[in-house]
Amino acid sequence: MSETREIKKTRYLNPYIGGVLLGLVLLAANFVAGRGLGASGAIKSTIVGAATVIAPEASEKSAFVKEFRESHQGNPMKTWLVFEMLGVIVGGFLSGAIAGRLKLKVEHSPKITSRKRILLALGGGILFGFGSQLGRGCTSGSALSGMAVLSLGGFVTMMAIFGTAFAMAYFFRKNWI
Amino acid sequence: MGPLAINEIISENTNFFLAFIIGIGFGFVLEQSGFSSSRKLAGIFYGYDAVVLKVFFTAAITAMLGLLFFSLFGWIDLDLVYVNPTYLTSAIIGGVIMGVGFIMGGYCPGTSFCGASIGKIDALVFIGGLFIGVMIFGLGYKLWEGVYMAAFKGFPKISESLGLSDGLFGLLLIIAALGMFWAAEWAEKRFPREEY
Repeated sequence: MSETREIKKTRYLNPYIGGVLLGLVLLAANFVAGRGLGASGAIKSTIVGAATVIAPEASEKSAFVKEFRESHQGNPMKTWLVFEMLGVIVGGFLSGAIAGRLKLKVEHSPKITSRKRILLALGGGILFGFGSQLGRGCTSGSALSGMAVLSLGGFVTMMAIFGTAFAMAYFFRKNWI
Repeated sequence: MGPLAINEIISENTNFFLAFIIGIGFGFVLEQSGFSSSRKLAGIFYGYDAVVLKVFFTAAITAMLGLLFFSLFGWIDLDLVYVNPTYLTSAIIGGVIMGVGFIMGGYCPGTSFCGASIGKIDALVFIGGLFIGVMIFGLGYKLWEGVYMAAFKGFPKISESLGLSDGLFGLLLIIAALGMFWAAEWAEKRFPREEY
């Protein structure tokens, strides 16, 4: 049986080449800084940084801020992950500019409205933000970087993230397919 | 020799500058691979696009092998490389919450910044959600501190836990990944869709 439908392809990098390149970036991070990549840590830094400016006294009493301070001295914004994430924004933008993909839009399945997509993105973000703190890192910091250094916790988090998303996929299918 | 910053071969400020450069590489590769599109990312959960699995596992294996070889050649001291601690309870519960967030929102934190950088408004809203979620965790910290700190296992490697050498575990992981890549290629042919 021949496939008659033409599948439109956009020009993305071959995923295996992309994976090797991403692996080399992760290797570089470990070689330079002795730590892997991350994303949610930069958000935590920003929130601690903002809290210490807006409510200095209350924030210094907070157990969350104290816990952060144990591993980060000085200005909370002057951390490795904050500089790395600023780079991610620049790198993503450059790639999108070169590939002609810069466009302001809400991306969603034609079966749902933009409004619904926005609400789901907000809800998903809140859950992911909360979960990343509980799990001590997100897909980048805990799962990917943890796996590269063979951390048991990294593998457990990776399986929990993807396992749950697979298990829940059925209930959210109308939003994607 | 490595890690350069920990062995004080480079200064703190140089380390931050290189963090920015490494970040550019990170964002560039994510975007080039299509991780700026939530519909492409979500494809792994429905079989029509397995880019997440292919990139993720290829990257983890590349970095893992790189670190093992660098260590073998004496280029990096793995004892100085940060190994994520294992708090079993929070790793699982945190991961489950993130998994729901992933299928609901279509992004993870890193990819949402990547999507927002090329103008995806849903990615920007997802980032707003991330800030709210982290803030909720911080404000209510006392409520879940017990869960957060439970079942601390130290900094174990998965290879040690399974009683295997790092090299043998690496080999098994590669074989497992090849099996998953084969399944991914099959699924993409079975459930073809337009690329987003």
